[in-house]
Amino acid sequence: MNALKKALGLFWIILGPVSIIFMFMQAIEKVGLAAEGVAKTNTALQWGIILFIFIPISAGLVIFGYYAMKGEYDKLPED
Amino acid sequence: MSAEPQKNSIFKVIGASSLGTLIEWYDFYIFGSLASIIGTQLFPADAGASALINTLAIFAAGFIVRPFGALVFGRLGDLIGRKHTFLLTLVLMGGSTFLIGLIPSYSSIGYAAPILVLILRLVQGLALGGEYGGAATYVAEHAPANKRGFFTSWIQTTATGGLFLSLGIIVLTKNMMGAEAFADWGWRIPFLLSILLVGVSIYIRMKMHESPMFTKLKSEGNVSKNPLKESFRNKTNFKMVLLALFGATMGQGVIWYTGQFYAQSFLENTCKVDFNDSRYILLWGIVFATPFFVIFGSWSDKVGRKWIMLTGMLLGIIFYRPIYQIFLDDTDVSKIEQKDIKEVSNPVVKRTAIENTGDSLITTTSTISLLNGASFTKIQSHTKFADLSKAEVVSPDTYHDKKLSTGIFWKFVALIFFQILLVTMVYGPIAAFLVELFPTKIRYTSMSLPYHVGNGVFGGLVPFIATLIASFSGSTPLSGLWYPIGIATLSFIIGAIYLSNKKPDHGEADH
Repeated sequence: MNALKKALGLFWIILGPVSIIFMFMQAIEKVGLAAEGVAKTNTALQWGIILFIFIPISAGLVIFGYYAMKGEYDKLPED
Repeated sequence: MSAEPQKNSIFKVIGASSLGTLIEWYDFYIFGSLASIIGTQLFPADAGASALINTLAIFAAGFIVRPFGALVFGRLGDLIGRKHTFLLTLVLMGGSTFLIGLIPSYSSIGYAAPILVLILRLVQGLALGGEYGGAATYVAEHAPANKRGFFTSWIQTTATGGLFLSLGIIVLTKNMMGAEAFADWGWRIPFLLSILLVGVSIYIRMKMHESPMFTKLKSEGNVSKNPLKESFRNKTNFKMVLLALFGATMGQGVIWYTGQFYAQSFLENTCKVDFNDSRYILLWGIVFATPFFVIFGSWSDKVGRKWIMLTGMLLGIIFYRPIYQIFLDDTDVSKIEQKDIKEVSNPVVKRTAIENTGDSLITTTSTISLLNGASFTKIQSHTKFADLSKAEVVSPDTYHDKKLSTGIFWKFVALIFFQILLVTMVYGPIAAFLVELFPTKIRYTSMSLPYHVGNGVFGGLVPFIATLIASFSGSTPLSGLWYPIGIATLSFIIGAIYLSNKKPDHGEADH
């Protein structure tokens, strides 16, 4: 199990920035559609809020992955 | 001290803590329960769908600042004590809720209305961010280690209880004064009423004593000097904060807000179920499911917290889409056959001029009653152009105010009950789970942050993000569910692999 915890650490490190890049791409696409009059509403503000909130959380996921890779979760204090 | 007075004392602690927390949740949720009405009051009349999305954004803003409230008041609670801190949060919450009830509408003060409400909503979020961690910590620090799950589960009922109270008072007020007066000014009453509830709760909390563990810590001179630094700059503690967030509270948050908030929003705004019916369904679901908070909290004392919480997440991942598909199918009235119709009301035709064009929108509204007791309003509309050479544009028929047959109503109650049952599985044990992860001197700060990021950000944004996703071109009404399903899946995987299933040791000493 400890090997899996460490191996997945790399996955969490990658998932953090990938999820933010995905959200950025979605934001650009959806806000662009609103500007062209294709989408029902302009959601620039909403996407701004989402990105502002999720960037530090993604950074947290990267740190979590780093700790996992370093074996910090192999033995928890409560075990 | 004998066991009986101790038992009485802990129930007094639970009662006093829970009442205040319940009222804070009530204050926080009336805004969400009235989002569609508030949207029409705060934004221009022709704002349409963007009024609802913007109102949901203001609603979501309250959730987003909860982690900041957790930091501010968590720090205060670890420095000066639990009691005074959560007294302060109660005053802030009650005051801001009362003031929301006094804000003039968009027609009186323009965009100052949504801006003022946004500011007050932020204060509400900050206050709630400080409240919950304090109450959960306070109760847990009075409870014996082998009964923490049971005793803190009473605090866990307050979020759902606050939602129940908000829905109940809204339905009661609306039915007493009529829909028109309620939409006009009656929606303010549930906000104004808050000041009375908060007054009672402050009175009760003033009589409470400080937590015994914090008092001991203080008398020994071991109170943390800098709780924020000790919580987040200390790797041993910070790694547990991250694990609590990604492996538990993140998934728990989306399960909570899908089952109790998105479900109601979906029934009302997507399925177009009648205002009262959608709320009664949720109220019954809450009534039947609420005892399970205590059952699962208590059970977690015996079998551990981890797998109860993760099973709740897994069942949500599996069953959300089938459940919401049933909601859609059972409220689809477009395929009703003539033989099922009992009565059609006389159509009401309304002609509305479209500004500066000379064109007009003509709507025909009729109420259709079915033999099975259900009914709905059908609106047919078409645009007539001033330029007679242009052909009329006929819009698709829309259906609103769907009142459900008795059978479908109770079927929906069962489906909501099931979703809230999942909420009780993930939420019942989580206060004890969080309390046990962190030491007393930085507990308020450390447990509040992952709780409020998980619930406030990941959970609180469910209605907003799901509605946003469902508004994309090419999306289906079920597309919004991918957000809670995706987050719950991620949390389930992290929780299953990294969390340990600690069973409380009956002789355990607190740290």
